[in-house]
Order: sequence, then structure tokens, then C-alpha cells
Amino acid sequence: MTHKDLRKWLLALLLSVGVGAAMGAAPAFKAGVFDPPRPAPDFTLQGTSGRELKLSQYRGKVVLLAFGYSHCLSVCPITLHTFAQALRQLGAAAAGVQVLYVTVDAQRDTPEKLKIFVGGFDPRIIGGTGTESQLAQVRKDYGVTATRIPDGKSYMYDHSSSIYLIDRAGRIRALMPYGHPPEDFVNDVRILQGG
Amino acid sequence: MRIRTQLLVGSVAAALGALTWAAVEPLHSTSREHVFVIPKGTWARRMAGQKVEILPDHIHLTLGLHDVLVLKNHDDVPQIFGPTLMMPGQSFTLPFDRPAQYQFACTAHASGQMTIVVEPYPSTPVARIVWRARTLLRAL
Repeated sequence: MTHKDLRKWLLALLLSVGVGAAMGAAPAFKAGVFDPPRPAPDFTLQGTSGRELKLSQYRGKVVLLAFGYSHCLSVCPITLHTFAQALRQLGAAAAGVQVLYVTVDAQRDTPEKLKIFVGGFDPRIIGGTGTESQLAQVRKDYGVTATRIPDGKSYMYDHSSSIYLIDRAGRIRALMPYGHPPEDFVNDVRILQGG
Repeated sequence: MRIRTQLLVGSVAAALGALTWAAVEPLHSTSREHVFVIPKGTWARRMAGQKVEILPDHIHLTLGLHDVLVLKNHDDVPQIFGPTLMMPGQSFTLPFDRPAQYQFACTAHASGQMTIVVEPYPSTPVARIVWRARTLLRAL
């Protein structure tokens, strides 16, 4: 091997190491990632914005989709507070994000009540409600569980608490388990906005 | 009597050696992924009345060693698998970077829940001994 060959070989090696390091430095999702991603099932519900809420109308934005109900005392307030903080941390980039919160409680969550609940955390969050069968269909499409549990004269729900991350092309890319901090949502939203 | 003493001394020395090894030897993991697969034909077996359990109701992970949960659906139909609905041929890779207990609604279990316990990386000698002992017990 001549000196020239050796130099070429070393240059190729350095380049490959550099490319490898750059690939390794790519940000990783904090949420669980689906491979391959599947199209997010579309739905049409009553929105708290006063208009029909159709998932597909948010193509081009990253959608964070959560399920819950306004009488929830534990999981939902924390999730919605986390969303509000994440939106604030995203700053101007939040314009490319839509948080959707679909109720599992058709009986109590009217659009008006749901608007007061979600709007209390951040007015940019849009809630969705509908008939029992409409909401059951959405839950089925997303594999979400919601079990009604009697609580004295009232009732509560034991429901799925993970959040779906839907990319700008309308594909379910990831699922964030309950309990992650706002920084993790910001991290993943930025990945989805960049990809 | 002398043989018995020699055996006792030998056993104590071996136990101390093993304990020292367990405390000092760095922990290794060939893969950080803990993989669960729904095999092809699972749905058909369930429909035929067979009990098919794939995911335990408690999964233990350790940061830095086994801290990535991977679920794969190799069946021909969509399946609720742990925390999510998975399409045929789809995989779900969930990394963990904080020690905590994570609860997921999971209809496959009688309790309706699946718990993932993520333990911190065993960085001290005592923690390494405990981790190795626990791992051995779980394997048994």
C-alpha cells in the first residue's frame, strides 16, 4: 500500500466514523415508537372550539391525543398540566402542535363543561365529546380502555392514560406513557416537527 | 474431622469469592431490549378457548442494562398488547430513562393492569450483589 492509498483509506475511515457519530447523535424519542407507523384512525366529534372536531383537519400539525374525563381527579389534571407546560416551552413552535383531549364520559362531559375543564389548563387545548357509541368507536380504534366504576351515588372511570403522538402526515408514530415530564413531550414534538 | 474442616474452609472461601465477584465484576448486558412477541396464530388459539399468556403482569427492567421494552405482533390480526393496540407485523419500542413504577391498563390480565418496574442502575457493590441475586431468582 502506497502513502497515497493509506491517506485515502484513513480519510474514508475518518469520514465513516464521523457519519456514524452524527447518526448516533440523532435525538431519540422519549415515547415508545411504532414500527411501522400506522395511519391514525380519523374521527368526528363535537369540539370544544364550537365546531366539529375532525382529526384529519390537523394534518400538517403534530397532534398529541389523550383520553380522559373532566371529573378525573388524578391522572387527567396532571396530563393536561403537562401539556400546558410543554406548549409554553415550545414557544412559537407550539403553533405547529394541536393537543386533543377526547372524553370517555359522554354523559357528563358536554362541550361546554369540557371547554371549561381543558381551557383552564391552556386555551389552545381542544376537547372532543360525542355520543356513547361515537366515543366507544374512537376508543376501539385506538385500543383505549375505559371502565366505569361506581363511586357512591356517582361514578368514575379507570381509563388508559398514555398519549398518542401523531405526526404531520397523520400517522401514529409514538405513545407516551403517563407520567413523563413536559420536556419529554417537547423533545418528541421537535423530532416529529423536524421529520 | 480434618476433611470436614477443610471442606468448610473451602466452602466459605468459595462463597466469599463468589460474593466478591458479584460485588466487583461490572454488570454487562448483550442487549438492553426486553422483547415480548405475540406469535402467529395466537388469536386463533384464544378463539379456540386456549389460555395464552405472553406478557406477565409485572415486568422488571434495570436502567443501563435492560431498559427498553419491545413488543412485537407477529399474528395476523390487531392485538391489544400491554399498553397499546398493535397492528399485524408492527413493533413497539418503549425506552425508559427514570427509575419508577409504570402502570398500564391491560385487559389481558385479571387485575386489568400491567406494571413495569424500572430499577436504577446498580452502581454500588451491594446493589450489584442484590441485582445479581434477584436476576438469578427470577430466572429460576
